[in-house]
Amino acid sequence: MDWEVVIGLEVHAQLNTATKIFCGCSTAFGAEPNSHTCPVCLAMPGALPVLNAAAVDKAIALGLAIGAQLNRKSIFARKNYFYPDLPKGYQISQYELPVVGQGQLMVQMADGTEKVIGVTRAHLEEDAGKSLHEAFVGQSGIDLNRAGTPLLEIVSEPDMRSSAEAVAYLKKLHALVRYLEICDGNMQEGSFRCDANVSLRRPGAPFGTRAEIKNLNSFRFLEKAIEYEILRQKDILESGGSIVQETRLYDANRDETRSMRSKEEANDYRYFPDPDLLPLVLDEARIEKVRQGLPELPDAKRARFMDQYQLSAYDAGVLTASRDLADYFEVVADGVEGKLAANWVMGDLLGALNKAGIEIQECPVPADKLRLLVQRIEDKTISGKIAKDIFEEIFHQGGEVDAIIDSRGLRQITDVTAIAVMVDAIISANPQQVAGYRAGKDKLLGFFVGQVMKASQGKANPDQVNALLLERLQKPD
Amino acid sequence: MDLHHLSLRQLREGLHNKDFSALELTETLLQRIRALNPQLNAFITVTEAAALESATQADARLAKGEAGALLGLPMAHKDIFCTADLPTTCGSKMLENFVAPYSATVVERLAAAGMVMLGKLNMDEFAMGSSNETSYFGPVRNPWNVDMVPGGSSGGSAAAVAAGLVPVATGTDTGGSIRQPAALCGITGIKPTYGRVSRYGMIAFASSLDQGGPMARSAEDCALLLDAMAAHDPRDSTSHPAAASDFLRGLDRPLQGLRVGVPEEFFGEGLDPEVAAAVQSGIDQLAKQGASIQSIRLPNNPHAVSTYYVLAPAEASSNLSRFDGVRYTHRSQAVENLDDLYRKSRYEGFGAEVRRRILVGTYVLSAGYYDAYYLKAQQVRSLIREDFRRAFAEVDVIVGPTTPSPAFGLGAKNADPISMYLADIYTIAVNLAGIPALSLPCGFTRSGLPIGMQLMGDYFADDLLLNVAHRYQQETDWHLARPTLQAGEA
Amino acid sequence: MAFDQDAVRRTAHLARMALPQEEVPAVAGQLEKIMTMVEALRAIPTEGVMPMAHPLDLEQALRPDQIANADQRQRLMASAPAAEHGLFLVPKVIE
Repeated sequence: MDWEVVIGLEVHAQLNTATKIFCGCSTAFGAEPNSHTCPVCLAMPGALPVLNAAAVDKAIALGLAIGAQLNRKSIFARKNYFYPDLPKGYQISQYELPVVGQGQLMVQMADGTEKVIGVTRAHLEEDAGKSLHEAFVGQSGIDLNRAGTPLLEIVSEPDMRSSAEAVAYLKKLHALVRYLEICDGNMQEGSFRCDANVSLRRPGAPFGTRAEIKNLNSFRFLEKAIEYEILRQKDILESGGSIVQETRLYDANRDETRSMRSKEEANDYRYFPDPDLLPLVLDEARIEKVRQGLPELPDAKRARFMDQYQLSAYDAGVLTASRDLADYFEVVADGVEGKLAANWVMGDLLGALNKAGIEIQECPVPADKLRLLVQRIEDKTISGKIAKDIFEEIFHQGGEVDAIIDSRGLRQITDVTAIAVMVDAIISANPQQVAGYRAGKDKLLGFFVGQVMKASQGKANPDQVNALLLERLQKPD
Repeated sequence: MDLHHLSLRQLREGLHNKDFSALELTETLLQRIRALNPQLNAFITVTEAAALESATQADARLAKGEAGALLGLPMAHKDIFCTADLPTTCGSKMLENFVAPYSATVVERLAAAGMVMLGKLNMDEFAMGSSNETSYFGPVRNPWNVDMVPGGSSGGSAAAVAAGLVPVATGTDTGGSIRQPAALCGITGIKPTYGRVSRYGMIAFASSLDQGGPMARSAEDCALLLDAMAAHDPRDSTSHPAAASDFLRGLDRPLQGLRVGVPEEFFGEGLDPEVAAAVQSGIDQLAKQGASIQSIRLPNNPHAVSTYYVLAPAEASSNLSRFDGVRYTHRSQAVENLDDLYRKSRYEGFGAEVRRRILVGTYVLSAGYYDAYYLKAQQVRSLIREDFRRAFAEVDVIVGPTTPSPAFGLGAKNADPISMYLADIYTIAVNLAGIPALSLPCGFTRSGLPIGMQLMGDYFADDLLLNVAHRYQQETDWHLARPTLQAGEA
Repeated sequence: MAFDQDAVRRTAHLARMALPQEEVPAVAGQLEKIMTMVEALRAIPTEGVMPMAHPLDLEQALRPDQIANADQRQRLMASAPAAEHGLFLVPKVIE
């Protein structure tokens, strides 16, 4: 019998504001412990929160980007629990009335199909600090630099039916927050974190009991944790057991999820409206101002790329997966043929970045340099093959396109006489192959081209070499 | 000259006429505190060195011709206001060794005005109490009779002002904590409209009810102090943009045509006859000064105490979660694990009344009870506010007793928390609504204990309340009576 | 209503308060009295009445996103019961 998996995701995106959500402390990562703290985020007696305007605007931006209802009035509530990284003994969050209501996100699957995933809500809240366990015996050190960093918790509907859909949704959301420049998306540093609610059911049956899996800080872990959880739940259900509603932790080292019962006991958060904060009211002017500042969003950009650069849906999807890549591509494609630019960016460039393990933002070859390189192919100054060599050199050692071409004499040979000399030499040196070709082995043409290109150190214009070879090989001796 | 009996205006005149310097004034009062505090226990901390230093600075500013209304005048803060680099205990063992790393906005404002802080005043622990007996630092005694309580929670402030240890003090009022001790100690105190006085740095009890305010020996001195305290504070989201006002300008307006409402609910069962009679004569006095008196109804006022004992503990249970033994509070020594750290530190650090209210608040917010208690109480809170709205459509000021009885004996109400809670039966509704209210002396019992009369006004009618009280005090001398105290008596 | 000893223990746990067993009966009695007083609210008709969360009918003010605080760690940690290397210390947190 078949099981259908039902997945909903809760994503915590750290908003990239300069200061914390309720105080003027810096949110910069990696500072000395507790050096970015003040009476407010240390929960000193008498300290009070004041809401950061930028956090609100970034929440509005997300709401607009997913076509969500923006609640004109939203309420901050206290979620009460004791934990050393939670200095006030409560987290300020939004409970009954979140700032962003129902919206949706369209995700593209690898097979080209599309699916709409519902977003239930997104609300503003504050991050907790960090407990460090390594340095002390029997004790933990508490660093509250992160406490109070603004988070936008984005809660999806239970609309995903496979780990692939969940990953596609998370990638799309990840791209979106980076497009909007509301979150740096750094999953290693925890700027973009995901919890997954996973349950199984028979198709058409009501939702089953779900487990919440925490600590999913990469796309791969999300996929693996869901796959593990599907097997775990299936085993239980098929042996007649029932699923316990609980929080589970994904352990990447052992590739399994395990129960966090310790955190579960007596989960009574006693939510109530925070009396230190007044209702957050969004007026039209504020929303409109954010709307005016929105960048072109991934779906719109993808459609434009297909149209403007004559790209396939797949290519346009790859190139718009991140705003930085899309921006890079558009610089390259400005003045050269779109498909050629796309091939270079998706092929050589992404390949090299991938091999080097770096992101597009840190790419050592600026986009205008790659554009010049492609232009030198188009204007026949160099061949495509030479261009690849030059790209490798610039990627690893730097340098200027034209300077490398000139200093190393890589300029393409287009002088017919010079090419003819090389062609004739190759023909004379390979009588056997000439005889074969003339006897009808057309494929041997490639051999001759290769030999001539080799003799010219790749510099001969391939079109001219081709034409000359065809001409000379047909002449009887 | 008995400097300790002078009003702020008189003291300022003395400073300007060079009858005495700020330093002399400060030294005189410090001397009086040393003499009388042992029997009153009004101060938790006397900040002598800092006081002498700021008095010297004030004298320098006065010598340069500066003319601030409060420059060089002494005061003391309820120990609920954080004072940078000085102890701030909130009357609790929890904060016994806490040195605040920053100052409350109110503290900053009064310091900037050039006032000289003499110390931190005793209070019920975390402002929870009506007798000042819940303080970890021991009870405060009423200067009119040291066997009696001064009221609470701002009991140290009321006793210190009444005893002439300071001319004025700050207090805070969540359910009557300025007005009730003011009444029991025979002084004047105003709980301003919610949002007038910044709560930043004022240790929270119940955030939607707490409001700081002045306590003094006259309405005029209250007005002078409130003038400096009230201001919009961007660090407090609940601070009102129009918080600042000129509280002195209208002080002398005549009371001709003032419409006074007397709520029937304030004169029912449980009101001490001597208190009722004194308040009635106070009302008669207002009539004599030109006010028209009419009876009004506040039908939901009897529900105020129940409503308050859901909402205030609920907010408090959450506000006091930060006192957890991790960053600055008392930490239990007998700790084996993290859970121990929380549970034992919080049990040891909080006194019985605070623990009780935390438990009540935790309970009413917990799963299954929220709607029945918390939400219900918020709805009744709406009804209580509506009562006042209707009333203020007909009258300008509501007048009644501040407390149901005069000061009671130390220990008299300790066995039964409810009987203590009922001491605030007339003051609580005002906090629930957020309106201003003032208590001023209107007589004495036969045994010589002061009686307070309460004036309640509409939102932002603080200046009207001060005006009515000031005019009343122009025609009466209840506020001029002083307790007899002798140094050395224990 | 009955505020029994179990309710006291459950609530004390939520509030992280180590109430000794011998205090539980007395506390239960006091809480029972308080809750009985509060119980009177139930009889008040409030259908359709908006809950009042706050005395001010104002909106939340917003703060500009500008760094306003310098490092003041030493001063802020001066009252810490246990601290080392700029960290607050607690008994080991078990996750």
